[in-house]
Amino acid sequence: MSQLVYLVPLFPLVGFLVIGLGRNLWSKTLTGLIGCATVLASFVVSVMIFNEVRTPGFTPVTVKLFDFIHFGTLNINFAFQVDQLSSLFLLIITGVGSLIHIYSTSYMHEEKPHHFARYFCYLNLFVFSMLLLVLGANYVIMFIGWEGVGLCSYLLIGFWFTNGDYNYAARKAFIMNRIGDLAFLIGIFWILAQFGSVNYQDVFSRAQGGVTTSVVTGITLLLFIGATGKSAQIPLYTWLPDAMAGPTPVSALIHAATMVTAGIYMIARSNVLYTLAPATEGVIAVIGLCTAILAASIAIQQNDIKKVLAYSTVSQLGYMFLGLGVGAYTGAVFHVMTHAFFKALLFLGAGSVIHAMGGEQDIRKMGGLRKFMPVTWITFLIGTIAIAGIPPFSGFFSKDEILSHAYAHNPVLYIIGLFGALMTAFYMFRLLAMTFLGQFRGTHEQEHHLHESPAAITIPLIVLAVLAAGAGFLGIPAYMHPDAHILEKFLAPVFAASTDMKPLAETPAGVEWALTGASVVLILICSAWALAKFAKFTGPGKEATGFAKILENKWYVDELYDAVIVRPINGLAGFLNKYVERLGLDGIVNGIGRLVQYSGRQIRLLQSGQAGTYILLMVIGMVVLFIVQLFI
Amino acid sequence: MPINYYIFLGVILFCIGVTGVLTRRNAIIIFMCIELMLNAVNLLLVAFSKMHHAIAAANQGAATTVGTEGQLFVFFIMVVAAAEVSVGLAIIVMMYRNTHSVDVNFLNRLKH
Repeated sequence: MSQLVYLVPLFPLVGFLVIGLGRNLWSKTLTGLIGCATVLASFVVSVMIFNEVRTPGFTPVTVKLFDFIHFGTLNINFAFQVDQLSSLFLLIITGVGSLIHIYSTSYMHEEKPHHFARYFCYLNLFVFSMLLLVLGANYVIMFIGWEGVGLCSYLLIGFWFTNGDYNYAARKAFIMNRIGDLAFLIGIFWILAQFGSVNYQDVFSRAQGGVTTSVVTGITLLLFIGATGKSAQIPLYTWLPDAMAGPTPVSALIHAATMVTAGIYMIARSNVLYTLAPATEGVIAVIGLCTAILAASIAIQQNDIKKVLAYSTVSQLGYMFLGLGVGAYTGAVFHVMTHAFFKALLFLGAGSVIHAMGGEQDIRKMGGLRKFMPVTWITFLIGTIAIAGIPPFSGFFSKDEILSHAYAHNPVLYIIGLFGALMTAFYMFRLLAMTFLGQFRGTHEQEHHLHESPAAITIPLIVLAVLAAGAGFLGIPAYMHPDAHILEKFLAPVFAASTDMKPLAETPAGVEWALTGASVVLILICSAWALAKFAKFTGPGKEATGFAKILENKWYVDELYDAVIVRPINGLAGFLNKYVERLGLDGIVNGIGRLVQYSGRQIRLLQSGQAGTYILLMVIGMVVLFIVQLFI
Repeated sequence: MPINYYIFLGVILFCIGVTGVLTRRNAIIIFMCIELMLNAVNLLLVAFSKMHHAIAAANQGAATTVGTEGQLFVFFIMVVAAAEVSVGLAIIVMMYRNTHSVDVNFLNRLKH
């Protein structure tokens, strides 16, 4: 079965071509059918591959499709690698992808047929690129997918391209991603120069065979900078909240569940290199933690339902990086999985709300939606509980695993991380309370329009809610029940080399129980506080002041970047434009033109029309040639 | 007779022709000067050809045909020149009919 792995990305590619080329031919129903069917087919193949990978005694398979780059001793194959990590990601991508495709058929139904087709064609291309990213057996194939998802992200953020702000957001996302991609690319070149290969297996075995720490630190740092761009970490995170300009299912699929976890996948895949570079691990843990805290604090003061979720995504990605930084690779991948479920659920729920509110995204103008949209309310509640980390929902297990490893690494990391988790609970319940509880605060017209969303929207919500509620049981920590961490056992072969080199620090079960108990109690208190505070929310109060204002303005990071980077570059560009371009280059080009014109005007006078003059000139010319011939 | 004499004569004739073309304004005289240059070259062609033939005859015997082609070419050139003269004279006649003059400086409309 794993030999047929190429079918998984092939289906979405075919879907992309068929929908894209026939965008003016097919009806919306047919487009939606093709879009969903291709991803569902990929999902079915992924499940079969996963079942094969799951059997005991499975060894990773590399499926070579063709020679991709081949010269000298360098040989880069277009090959796919099937192992535990990639098969798990296949399931997440195609599974969540299918649900979001189904959801989109309803959510995007008001678009014109060719825009509808354009949407699905981008979405299929995205799924294809993402599958390429996780399936590639070497860094080059991963990079192709990496760039492909960046492109699709750009196209889908700017999907409603008649709005200038959306285009700006799309460009911002693309450019910030490019900054990271450049570092990633340099990292790949360095890997190639150092190890003579980009195949994962060759690189990892050669890296273990002996390489200086400074080199591997440099490589891993460059790869990590690539990850900060794609996975929205400090300092390159500001594109993700702006990326909410895209349609909501896109935010769910690309900017929550899959693409932004590419950085985590890449680091988990390169775990051998990172284990060899403790300095980089420290940097990752600190940056992840800072991002988690910063984004969570911003989310507390946001009033756009999607912005809150976007900052929440940035924050949760920060936790994943914290997990990677402290060596809890399983925990990070576990959190990727549970986060994919509950964050996709929350985004789709938000989409359902926005749909019902007729495009309104400001939670101050919502409220009381509980009785109008029961399914959305229940599923959103489950998603909120899951992300807040209240047991026994999935977010609790994954976040707890990361935090307990952080504690084993350094208690300070744990305390700060717990503080972020409390903020998470607070802003999520604030969002929930302001959206679904209390009195409706919108216009009368909106209230009349309120309705539960159709089945194509609610069914994905229900499926994701079940997953968000139950997925945590795949990773029951050892102190609760020995040998119950199914995911850890499943992923163990992928991270075996790293855990052999550096075993994870153990914490006594009693301490673990105490930490978990304390954190759950604190989270419950925060949740209840937020619920009580914001269920009574009646309308925008006075203007935020002091610290709240700083948070509302996102710590002024965008303004800082604007002042430090954008404006100097604009100034430089203005200078180059005004002086180098206009005076220098244009001066040379226009000068040549003017010289030719001037000399043409002067030489024109020679053409007098007098045959005698012409002959005289001809004779002079002949004599000159004669002299040249004779004497030179 | 040495070839030099022919060359001197040819060059002198040619220079007279050039000077005539450059200095005179009467179209007919210019025309005659052009013919003069043409025939100066013709003369040289015959002279060189004859010299060539003489050298070949000395080496290979009198029966050789090497060097006779040039003399043949001269006839072709004369025929072509005659055809050209007829066209040229026709142009001069038309010019006279239009401008009542054969002064070439009247015809400066080439520059437009």
